[in-house]
Amino acid sequence: MIGILWLVLPLLAAAGFWAGRSRARALSGADADGHRIVLHSLPTHYAQYALAWSAIPPLLILVVSALFGSILVDGWVIAQLEASGLLRETLSSADVLRDVHTGLANTTGENSSPPHTFAQNVLDRARGVLNLGVTGFFFVGAGGGLWFARSRMTTALRARNHVERIVHVALFLCSVVAVLTTIGIVVSLFFEAARFFALVSPAEFFLGTQWSPQTALRADQVGSSGAFGAVPIFAGTLLITAIAMAISGPIGLMAAIHLAFYASASARAWMKPVLELIAGIPTVVWGSFAALTLGPQVRMIGEALGLEVASESALAAGLAMGVMIIPFVSSLSDDALNAVPRSLREASLAMGATESETIRKVMVPAALPGIVGAFLLAVSRAIGETMIVVMAAGLAANMTANPFAAVTTVTVQILTLLVGDQEFDSAKTLAAFALGLTLFFVTLCLNLVALVVVRRFREEYE
Amino acid sequence: MSSPTPDAPLAADGRLRRRYRQERVFRAFALAAIGFALSALAGLLVSISYQSLSVITQSSVELDVVLDPDALDPLGDGSAASLAAANYAKPVRSALRALFPEVRKRRERKALVRLLSDGAEYDLRALMEASPELIGSTQTFVFPLSDDVDLFLKGSIDSEVDEADRKISDRQIGWVETLDAQGRISQPWNWRFLFAGDSREPELAGLQGAIRGSMLTLLITFLLSFPIGVCAAVYLEEFAPKNRFTDVVEVNINNLAAVPSIIFGLLGLAVFLNIFGMPRSAPLVGGVVLALMTLPTIIIAGRAALSAVPPSIREAALGVGASPTQAVFHHVLPQAVPGILTGTIIGMARSLGETAPLLMIGMVAFIADLPTGVDDPSTVLPVQIFLWNDAPERAFVARTSGAIVVLLGFLIAMNAAAVWVRRRFEMRS
Repeated sequence: MIGILWLVLPLLAAAGFWAGRSRARALSGADADGHRIVLHSLPTHYAQYALAWSAIPPLLILVVSALFGSILVDGWVIAQLEASGLLRETLSSADVLRDVHTGLANTTGENSSPPHTFAQNVLDRARGVLNLGVTGFFFVGAGGGLWFARSRMTTALRARNHVERIVHVALFLCSVVAVLTTIGIVVSLFFEAARFFALVSPAEFFLGTQWSPQTALRADQVGSSGAFGAVPIFAGTLLITAIAMAISGPIGLMAAIHLAFYASASARAWMKPVLELIAGIPTVVWGSFAALTLGPQVRMIGEALGLEVASESALAAGLAMGVMIIPFVSSLSDDALNAVPRSLREASLAMGATESETIRKVMVPAALPGIVGAFLLAVSRAIGETMIVVMAAGLAANMTANPFAAVTTVTVQILTLLVGDQEFDSAKTLAAFALGLTLFFVTLCLNLVALVVVRRFREEYE
Repeated sequence: MSSPTPDAPLAADGRLRRRYRQERVFRAFALAAIGFALSALAGLLVSISYQSLSVITQSSVELDVVLDPDALDPLGDGSAASLAAANYAKPVRSALRALFPEVRKRRERKALVRLLSDGAEYDLRALMEASPELIGSTQTFVFPLSDDVDLFLKGSIDSEVDEADRKISDRQIGWVETLDAQGRISQPWNWRFLFAGDSREPELAGLQGAIRGSMLTLLITFLLSFPIGVCAAVYLEEFAPKNRFTDVVEVNINNLAAVPSIIFGLLGLAVFLNIFGMPRSAPLVGGVVLALMTLPTIIIAGRAALSAVPPSIREAALGVGASPTQAVFHHVLPQAVPGILTGTIIGMARSLGETAPLLMIGMVAFIADLPTGVDDPSTVLPVQIFLWNDAPERAFVARTSGAIVVLLGFLIAMNAAAVWVRRRFEMRS
């Protein structure tokens, strides 16, 4: 219903444009005495003015209804349910509402009690009223806006200035979206994490070594003590990140050196984009490769060496992730190496140093801030990487430095704690937000430090 | 740099040889590093393409089905209601059993029927609904075989392995070989893989639902992130005053580009699902989350493209009396379009491959129906890969690789489009 209104919106805008332009054309021309009337702006500007007034009010109504419509409807249904007296002690209004939303209320048995039928009816009615209201306001807003624009359209109206002001405000609002996103992230993470830390003390979370987030339903359940010590998760994240960096660090840097100093121009022209393809391949593909191809290989090799290898080893995930982030290290390092002035390299070569001595003793030290920045960004990328570890690393929160063991990471835990769960009041689900907040701040710090390192410690040669 | 007396080499000569050796070793390491990265990429692509080969065709069997009116038209009037109530499994099974009259034991008859895919009866139903006039005659149709028979015929199941360790028994292998000897088994193109929805049965599972879900999600992402991103880039590059606020926005955009994608999933879950009560698993919410994620990419690309436009163009427009807004929208922005489009396409390609945030907002459910709108529950290509990767049936390994090939195909097409856009506009200017 409301979906159709989104399609009507462009028609309204076109109608506003047309109406504005025809009005402007009618205004111009000659007055009663035969004097030529010159409008302040072009007819197009009047048209745009009318377009803005006829399209913006209904657009706002649609946005507001998309954001707040279901909150209103749900609130109304809950209020009606509470007032109806149909609820029992074991059946809260939130339960009924959830059943109604997921369509369970229409099935027979437990979920088709009188409160469910009642709630379904109230919900249907409330949605009907909402749709009617939104549609009404939509057209009233459009019509009213157009009427207002037309009534303001005289020869004195500075249409272009008005339109440009509207455009500027719209542009400004668009650039605020990015800020709002950050605020949304920080506020929602903080809010949910604060609820978690009200249940579990921060000291236990950051220092505890027991991670077992399932809260026991029965007293005799094994392994579900509801312990929230996140140290094993951080350790697992660090282990996988270390493996990934042990691969991508040296290989990325050496690849950058090859590209910057040894490769011919034609080799560089195809190698660089092909290398960057690695970063363009979706991480779910690397994850599948790690799980289906690398994992069994690692296991086979490890067992041939007489080692005990978990079926989901940290090594397989770390390997795939290491390859995946090679381009992050190599392309930023390549940029940093290329930014070092040629004169330094030529001076060193002229003194008789070989190319590799020049690279190791002159070029890399000169480009070091950029290279360190590249490494830090790669670490931040590795910590935040999700799909590879979800598919190739395990769920077991082991605290170990053995790369053949199964470990778990922050991102894996966030995903497994939240996927498939619809209730957000248990410590288990809230723990995901605490982990998310930690992840957000660690990656933010790494990015900021990388930025500062690159800016502050860059050698200036000019 | 030869030594003055050839018969008495200087200490420097030995040192020089060592230094040259170091040079060669270093050089070899640099080449090996890039060789490793490129061969890892090649290994990935080759292993995935190889694994996906077996999904191209689907083993099928040709059966002479007696279209028994009692089973297919229970009401006897050929109406839609009658066809809906029909038993389609029976004629297909009878057709297969008729080929092996010697199989009598109940258990063996069941094992025989298990050679066929469950899809056989769906296929028969579709055929009958399309042409009900055939009921009563005997027709020859081609039906899909089950995933295990398919794996066996493609050589993925070794008949040498102990019978208890494989999914297909010696008896079943014998039947399959008999059917093959009769020339009834064929390998037609597996169109179902591209045009059917998801299924629990590997041989029936298709990507259509995921492809549509991806398209709907990407549409929402584009509709939101492109206009907002371009407008933000124009504002920041052309109109924003140099003050504290602009600095904050700038730092913020750069940081947002490096925030892990799963954090955006948490945002979507906490804000769009829990506060605003938007539908779970819907392309609408997925698109909004991905739009927020893509926004920094588009803004950064847009600003770079705008700042690359020569200032002379702006000044010339202002000089002949255009307002600043007119100068930007009529003269500067059109020049920046190729750069903005290239950045946008690359951002879209990245969000097409994004998985984690979509899992967080519930696009992980098993959905067999094809989505028809942006608020229908659906899945997307990368999530489908994730789901099939975890599926226990062995035939899903090939499906996973096949889905990856399809996803990579879309990504290659998008990147090629980006290159094409850049080339085309470069030639014009």
